[in-house]
Amino acid sequence: MSNATAIVKAGLTKRYARERRFRLFGLVSIVISLSFLAALLITIFAQGLPALRQTYIQLPVNLDPALLAVNASDSPELLQKAKYAKAIEAALIERFPGVTDRKQKMALIRGLLSKSADNELKSQVLANPKLIGSQQNFWFLANDDIDTYIKGNIDRSLPEADRRIKDFQLAWLDDLEAKGQIEKRFNTVFFTSGDSREPEQAGVLGALMGSFYTMFVTLALSFPLAVAAAIYLEEFAPKNNPLVDFIEVNINNLAAVPSIVFGLLGLAVFIQFFGVPRSTPLVGGLVLSLQTLPIIIIAARAALKAVPPSIRQAAYGMGASRMQTVFHHTLPLAMPGILTGTILGMAHALGETAPLLMVGMVAFIMSVPEGITDPATILPVQIYLWSDSPERAFVEKTSAAIIVLLFFLILMNLLAVLLRKKFERRW
Amino acid sequence: MNTVTLANDSMTFPSSGTTTTSSVNKTDVDIHSVVEELKRAKQAVGKPFLDNPKFKTRDVNVYYNQTKQAIFNASLDIGRNEVIAMIGPSGCGKSTYLRCLNRMNDTIPGTKVTGDLLLDGEDIYAKDQDPVLLRARVGMVFQKPNPFPKSIYDNVAYGPRLHGLAVNRSELDDIVEQSLTKAGLFNEVKDRLNSPGTGLSGGQQQRLCIARAIAVSPEVILMDEPTSALDPIATATIEELIDELRSSFTICIVTHSMQQAARISQRTAYFHLGYVVEVNDTNTVFTNPGHRLTENYITGRFG
Repeated sequence: MSNATAIVKAGLTKRYARERRFRLFGLVSIVISLSFLAALLITIFAQGLPALRQTYIQLPVNLDPALLAVNASDSPELLQKAKYAKAIEAALIERFPGVTDRKQKMALIRGLLSKSADNELKSQVLANPKLIGSQQNFWFLANDDIDTYIKGNIDRSLPEADRRIKDFQLAWLDDLEAKGQIEKRFNTVFFTSGDSREPEQAGVLGALMGSFYTMFVTLALSFPLAVAAAIYLEEFAPKNNPLVDFIEVNINNLAAVPSIVFGLLGLAVFIQFFGVPRSTPLVGGLVLSLQTLPIIIIAARAALKAVPPSIRQAAYGMGASRMQTVFHHTLPLAMPGILTGTILGMAHALGETAPLLMVGMVAFIMSVPEGITDPATILPVQIYLWSDSPERAFVEKTSAAIIVLLFFLILMNLLAVLLRKKFERRW
Repeated sequence: MNTVTLANDSMTFPSSGTTTTSSVNKTDVDIHSVVEELKRAKQAVGKPFLDNPKFKTRDVNVYYNQTKQAIFNASLDIGRNEVIAMIGPSGCGKSTYLRCLNRMNDTIPGTKVTGDLLLDGEDIYAKDQDPVLLRARVGMVFQKPNPFPKSIYDNVAYGPRLHGLAVNRSELDDIVEQSLTKAGLFNEVKDRLNSPGTGLSGGQQQRLCIARAIAVSPEVILMDEPTSALDPIATATIEELIDELRSSFTICIVTHSMQQAARISQRTAYFHLGYVVEVNDTNTVFTNPGHRLTENYITGRFG
């Protein structure tokens, strides 16, 4: 006896050392992964948060009927066609009267305000035609280079030749700043418009809506199909049947297929064969449901399997049919698990890019989609497109779009946790 | 033939004086001869058959996974308004037999049941017999209390709702109250009918399961070791309850506790290795068993 005690005692130090080592390894790996995550998030937020503010320039515009070629009393159709660009051009020249050089004049007219300035003015005038004939101060969106400079991303101390903003432009900006005619405001454009070639006009709403419609199609297709398949396989299918086993193995295989293959399949089957319009949330959703189906099926089967057999027995013992047992007891009890699996599958689909490139969702689309058959792009593809754009101002847009995507991913995961908490039942 | 085997037995199980280990060893050696003997016996010892029984079962064989046979030629009757206890060592087929009586074995894939099982003369395994209807007539209480994770009220109301036994809410309320009263639970839970049934104590949960079973007014209640997960006090309550329920139901109870069988049942069936060895009045089985296997079991020599 004492011999055994001695042996155990001798081994104790080693045993505890091993445990301490294991805990240390775990801690180290968590710290490493957390620091990578922190580095990623800090970079993204540092780059993306400035995109939430956009530079605006105030300009007094003389809404001269002669210049605009319309009168306040004209019909909206005529007001639509008024020459707003001319009014702005005149206002710019008036604001900076010293500019005579041809090149500088071009830079003034084209490079100070966004190209959408005439549209902004148009919408203001259309909203209130009485403005015509008066001199008004308007805030216009600044050009992306100006915005980049104001946000401190262009170094003034560089030699002029290396700068996108030249000395004469710096003089204008200093003048505007001194008079309080330049300021950064919350970037509503980013959240209310679609993609654009002009960074200052580019928004994430188009991609967001595209993602939303795509997710909607994916969920509407994959959830009922997957739950029905899981219920059948788990509750109704004969056990130890070779065909059922074959199907099970293939569902698991399906979950491991690289997503780009689903994209090619979608291209060949949905677009080429069934003629589903390309670049639409409909075809994107179809492809993503292929990918999400096995994930939800596996999660739903695990959740159904976790329902204790005693509950099924109790229901059968009360004279419930198989179907009633499933729908009265098993399915409600499995629902939290199924929902969690579904949301995680959807979050996965939300971040998916490769298969959607195959079905044409990589297109440059300016309009915000209004349905599942409108051409659209989705958030991850939008991030890809912007990250590929040469303009400096798209860097922060890319990061901002990543923030939006992360926000929705976290929201979905949070929802999964909340749903699980809410519907979790103990027995 | 019988006497020869009996002579053999006295060698296999010499009465007092031998240690338990040696007798266990002897049983192991003799298991084939025991099976042979059980096979030869055409019917159980004692009085397995009754006049006008509630359940009449003849030559019942049950197979799991098509091949493994769990019950061999079980033939016995279950009388009206009696409590019949099924006893026997683990794996002897008593639960399997019980689960044949409401076709719960149907829910296990690969199970085959042959032979005649008649409830009031009606073949319960007939093609046109609906297991759903059968289970409404033959209720079941399980070993582990398994209330649904719903309110106490919904647990009891589940069966009546399922089978459409109540036309309106007040009728359903009545059924729930009566069932809970019969199960001796109403006074304890009347103020919290809407709280979850899973929040009750083990004994209360089991009584809730009994209330749930009797809410559909079955003719027979099957109980598969209903008190094995309960403490002695809860067990005593359930036993009292079973005695009261006898007036309105036929009750078949599987139990591992011989004292319990002796306390609550009128008849007892002893199962061994898938065979019905002996069926008789409980009193006779426990005081004057007709088969040496029964005697060995009730005297605690094995099992």
